[in-house]
Amino acid sequence: MDFYLTALLQGLCFSGIALGIYISMTIFNIPDITTDGSYTLGAVVTAILLTHHQPIYITLPAVITAGGIAGALTGIIHTKLKINALLAGILVMTALYSVNLSLMGRSNLPLINVSSLFTLIHMSNDVNHNTFWILLIFVGVIALKIGYLLKTDFGIAMRATGNSESMIRSLGVNTDRMKITGLAIANALTALSGYLISQFQGFTDISMGIGIVIAGLGSVIIAETLINWLRITSVWITLVLVLAGAILFQMVLAVTLNIGVDANLLKLVTAVFVLVIVSLPRLKSPL
Amino acid sequence: MKMIQLADIHKVFNPGRPNQVNAVNGVTLDIVEGQFVVIVGANGSGKTTLLDMIAGTVLPTSGNIAINGEDVTKLPDYRRSQWIARVFQNPMSGTASDLSILDNFRLAAIRTHRKGLSIGITDDFKGRVKEKISVLGMGLENKTDQPMGTLSGGQRQALTLLMSVMDTCNILLLDEPTAALDPRSAELVMRTADKLIKEYKLTAILITHNLKDAYNYGNRLILMGEGQILKDLDGSKKSALKQNDLFDWFA
Repeated sequence: MDFYLTALLQGLCFSGIALGIYISMTIFNIPDITTDGSYTLGAVVTAILLTHHQPIYITLPAVITAGGIAGALTGIIHTKLKINALLAGILVMTALYSVNLSLMGRSNLPLINVSSLFTLIHMSNDVNHNTFWILLIFVGVIALKIGYLLKTDFGIAMRATGNSESMIRSLGVNTDRMKITGLAIANALTALSGYLISQFQGFTDISMGIGIVIAGLGSVIIAETLINWLRITSVWITLVLVLAGAILFQMVLAVTLNIGVDANLLKLVTAVFVLVIVSLPRLKSPL
Repeated sequence: MKMIQLADIHKVFNPGRPNQVNAVNGVTLDIVEGQFVVIVGANGSGKTTLLDMIAGTVLPTSGNIAINGEDVTKLPDYRRSQWIARVFQNPMSGTASDLSILDNFRLAAIRTHRKGLSIGITDDFKGRVKEKISVLGMGLENKTDQPMGTLSGGQRQALTLLMSVMDTCNILLLDEPTAALDPRSAELVMRTADKLIKEYKLTAILITHNLKDAYNYGNRLILMGEGQILKDLDGSKKSALKQNDLFDWFA
């Protein structure tokens, strides 16, 4: 049971990446590879500030700003230098590896005996339950804010940008600025996942972000499959499904390990799992 | 009052390269407020490039463009939307498929405004949209929460037209709006366009290959060829034309 509780908690932590990928896919139609870098950046900034005993009202804005800058950078490279979006993301992700390493000064930063988000509030005596409630509230607040954003005039314009750039430009939207802002928001969310995970697992490691984009992708694909199947148009239900996708994704990995699959094969299982979800709608209808 | 003024506009694509195209070769055109101009011409005559330059999606190689007295030559398309509403040839280009009809109309209603952080879709707004859509008589007012992508091309073009007058509009650009539509949808779109142009006293430019539409609509007719204006007939001269005369132009 503990296994699954951990998976649930990790799923909640990864909801930042899931939301971030959801936003970048909505605007760009491609997943943003900057994710690998901004996730680690969030974790690095968190570790550094927490080991310097900074309070949450300094750490949290710093993490959000760091992720935002990374995303904005990708956006600027793509829109102003006209570089392919995928490549722009890869460039920033690559650069961030060095930035992260330099910021930490080492490849691993442990967070032992450091006050964190999870020691901040005491809601239950059981550590895991306490963590669960804190995460639920934290993720809930983020989801509410993003849901509200997507329903505003700005949010609708952002969603339209990925659908039809010609249309939204003729309706007065500076698509360059929209893409930069959208990517900044998406990567700020990703950095928040780094913030949560580093405190959850108790350390930040330079390699923790490598390949992490697949976790976000998998979560969003699960959500989109359900959205298309159930024909959802409501923004709120969509967001709940994205969060559910993040949790489900971690659950599947937990199940895999629990039934005795070799831990070395975990990434293979991840890839196969995502493949299966993507293929499911295609196999169902031969059209 | 001159709404659109084009002064010796040229557009060259890929200058100096083997695939150089002289799309527009010196067009000077003044369009007065309230005029409904129809532009016809063979493919490659420069009609769409001309429209793109008025809209701002393409910037001229040389020459000046003024809208409502203001020089807009270097102004990008998203800034010209304060005067201009556009209906594209491809029904997919003018609407967002994944967003609902209501969301699309909301974006159109704030075309000249800042896209801010407030929730604009109120019950009041929903009522406004349903009222506007019911004019089409297609029953779409009951489907405003459906994604645009579920509608047919004709329905989407008709809605794009209605969207263009959700906010203050001076100029309506119609680039072969019925090219991808069946005859009945095409007729509905053209009738709706004509009605809106008259009702809102819009300055309109219609590009069409449909010579019947060119004959029936508008009060000024321009024939383009090789990037220049070959014929320019307004008011009485256009009404004096016979349908066959138009066909002869293309003989």
